[in-house]
Amino acid sequence: MGGQVLGIFYLIASVTFIIGLKLMGNAKTARNGNLIGAAGMILAILGTLFLHHGQVNPVIYILIFLAILIGTIIGWTTAKKVQMTKMPELVSMFNGMGGACAALISLIEFNHQALSAESISKGTLVSIMAGLVIGSVSFSGSIIAFLKLNGTMKNPIRLPSYNVINTIILSLLLLFAGYMVFTGGSLILAYALFASALFYGIMFVIPIGGADMPVVISLLNSFTGLAAAFGGFLYHNKVMLTGGILVGSAGTLLTLIMCKAMNRPLSNVIFGAFGASTTAETSTETKGNIKDIAVADLAVLMNYSKKIVIVPGYGLAVAQAQHVIHELEILLEERGVEVKYAIHPVAGRMPGHMNVLLAEANVDYGKLVEMDEINPEFESTDVVLVVGANDVVNPAAKNNPSSPIYGMPILEVDKAKNIIVNKRSMNAGYAGIENDLFYDPKTSMFFGDAKKALTELVAEIKTL
Amino acid sequence: MRETLALISQHEELLYFIVLSIFVGIEVIGGVPTILHTPLMSGANAIHGVVIVGAIFVMLNADPSNYMALILGFLAVLLGTLNVVGGFVVTDRMLEMFKKKK
Repeated sequence: MGGQVLGIFYLIASVTFIIGLKLMGNAKTARNGNLIGAAGMILAILGTLFLHHGQVNPVIYILIFLAILIGTIIGWTTAKKVQMTKMPELVSMFNGMGGACAALISLIEFNHQALSAESISKGTLVSIMAGLVIGSVSFSGSIIAFLKLNGTMKNPIRLPSYNVINTIILSLLLLFAGYMVFTGGSLILAYALFASALFYGIMFVIPIGGADMPVVISLLNSFTGLAAAFGGFLYHNKVMLTGGILVGSAGTLLTLIMCKAMNRPLSNVIFGAFGASTTAETSTETKGNIKDIAVADLAVLMNYSKKIVIVPGYGLAVAQAQHVIHELEILLEERGVEVKYAIHPVAGRMPGHMNVLLAEANVDYGKLVEMDEINPEFESTDVVLVVGANDVVNPAAKNNPSSPIYGMPILEVDKAKNIIVNKRSMNAGYAGIENDLFYDPKTSMFFGDAKKALTELVAEIKTL
Repeated sequence: MRETLALISQHEELLYFIVLSIFVGIEVIGGVPTILHTPLMSGANAIHGVVIVGAIFVMLNADPSNYMALILGFLAVLLGTLNVVGGFVVTDRMLEMFKKKK
């Protein structure tokens, strides 16, 4: 009886996952979608716990409840407390936890099966090894992605010909896993495989630059889904299979969509070091002069403009300047200036991240204009204020075929009458490439930390 | 070869199930606006936390005298819970902000 009810529970949970993901594709229904998925998950977990047939030692129940309790407290509080700017690394961290969970299940199951007298079937071995390898890669890779996003690990570490090295490590890893499947292996070898997979995960992510981390996290996300699916294969557990495969395929597609938004093939993200080959040639060109603008002049310029478009970027997120920018927007609107935000699809650290950040600062949703809609408006714009964005406004993407970002859709801010760029310094952006926009005669640089500089600007406009 | 074929025919239903699930996954994501990519990734991240079901299952079938299995199983449940709870809560926080202004 219990088993049949559990089957129904799993069916319901699977359906909630599908509906949940579907609803999450629309801004209006997204929150409900997430909650529906969560409800299904709770149902699946409770069912697994209480509808289990067979005797279970009370100690085991206590251990499970303790683990769930601790996990819930830690997970809940970190998720509630984290600053919105730090969200991407948190997602990466949680993803790593799921990967580690899948890898541990495989290890325990291997141990369990190896101890029993019967020989293990090949199908079981394939599921165990696949779960172990994919889960471990996802875990260590996510941890590296986390460290890169929170700034602990700033620069990509690239060994000479790292692509060749990584391909060799991956081949060896797969051979090793294959060997385990064919020979049945031993417990020590299983631990060795675990360690090798962890090592590969590190090597896989370490050469990839910070700007590409969202794509990597999305990819690792689908890896964890796959690892969960192999767990489902192992136990013939339908809810793990649906949940895992859904995330595996949806995650892969999402990864490709993100790559498309940045106009780069996935292979380029994984194997190609961004900008490494082209920085030398572009830097030799003569650039012209850079002009900077004083706060007082900028305040006057903005105050007497008709239409201003703000282009927020990663630098705004880092400086936590989303609240100040909203203040600036309100102030200018009061003075009769039309203010809009131009949102590039990959502004911030992840697609859509900028929308979340600005929503946090209470910016009206209707003021956030997507790239395709705002681009024709730049010609009638008096001032474009670029805050901490770089590559997404780089005209080289349109007119320099030798640039590594050539072809990427950009915000065409160079059509506006005045361009103000707020940056901390003249350092190149994430992609490590020069930006001709800064040398445009219409451009003035407004140097300084976004939050500090904008606060000064707001104060200055108030005096007018 | 024969073994592989046997394995495939043995799990035929399962394979149908897998293939259809893959298509559902792709279909469900199609046409998502860019602004929702981050929450969607986060939401999908929470859903693969379903791996916790496997961790609980492993624990329920563990031999109480095998301490290694108990420790690893405990860790697995803990990490799985983090994935599920953290994942859904952080997604909810992101989406809450979208809703406020709509």
